[in-house]
Amino acid sequence: MDYIKLVEEDQMRTDLPDFRPGDTVRVAVKIREGNRERVQTFEGIVIRKRGVGLSKTFTVRRVSYGVGVERTFLLHSPRLESIEIVRRGKVRRARLYYLRKLRGKAARIRERR
Amino acid sequence: MKGIMGIKLGMTQVFDEEGRAIPVTVIHAEPNQVMGVRTKERDGYEAVQLGMGAIKERKVAYQQLKDWGRRGLTPVRYVKEFRLPGATELEPGQFVRVEDAFAPGDLVDVIGTSKGKGFAGGIKRWGFRRGPMSHGSKYHRRVGSLGPRMSGGGGRVRPGRRMPGRKGHERVTVLSLRVVRVDADRNLLLIKGAVPGPRGSLVMVREAVRLRKGAV
Repeated sequence: MDYIKLVEEDQMRTDLPDFRPGDTVRVAVKIREGNRERVQTFEGIVIRKRGVGLSKTFTVRRVSYGVGVERTFLLHSPRLESIEIVRRGKVRRARLYYLRKLRGKAARIRERR
Repeated sequence: MKGIMGIKLGMTQVFDEEGRAIPVTVIHAEPNQVMGVRTKERDGYEAVQLGMGAIKERKVAYQQLKDWGRRGLTPVRYVKEFRLPGATELEPGQFVRVEDAFAPGDLVDVIGTSKGKGFAGGIKRWGFRRGPMSHGSKYHRRVGSLGPRMSGGGGRVRPGRRMPGRKGHERVTVLSLRVVRVDADRNLLLIKGAVPGPRGSLVMVREAVRLRKGAV
């Protein structure tokens, strides 16, 4: 029996929506400032999902004041309050690194469905 | 008695109360059977022999099987001795379970057999420095001088000179690791950090005898 999987499954989250690279998501993260806790949101395009099991992560990219910002989150982290899918995107690859070189209109992604 | 042996299953990570990901090694520690007790009076030191692992009777030496049978013990695959305080309070035939031995937050030492590295050079095996890789040096990863020539007792290589050879597959003890979680239902022990040996190898876990330098 695979005990490691069992250990991991205890902590896996099932409450999060299924999303893919290319989707635009709004991630709400709990942040601790001293002993106060607040929720911060980060919205952008998912450019990568990697890893298996409990250590799966995803990276969200957004352009903020003309600067590209990428944040990587642990998918099963209890610090994630919620993930909201803003828009589903249609893309033809799993890693959207090419977006880093593109700006404005060229960095758009077609909507899926 | 704070000691148990188990099988290293591998590593993963778990989240603590604050949501931080903690790297852990998962150890499968089935209940260990007390096989024997060493006492000060009879043996000159205090220890307990623990046994673990199911084994077919035909694989156990006849004499051993008979002896265990006489003392009402089930045959086991592995037997290890633990020299720990409280060792003599145990009786042969009793079982030590993970939850009896440890609780989350305990500091433990883990003893295992490191992964074999094969024939390794002086740099990997002993941490020697290498020479320049370029500029025509032609002295890249060699061991260098083995000692003085004739004068002052030279002319020979002194015993114990560190040289290339087999590395790994030796007993290694990692001091003061933190127990993160004890899973009594599945007989699992989650210990923060890495532990010697490949997956599937036998490891001994005991209460920490002293603090590792710079530990927690």
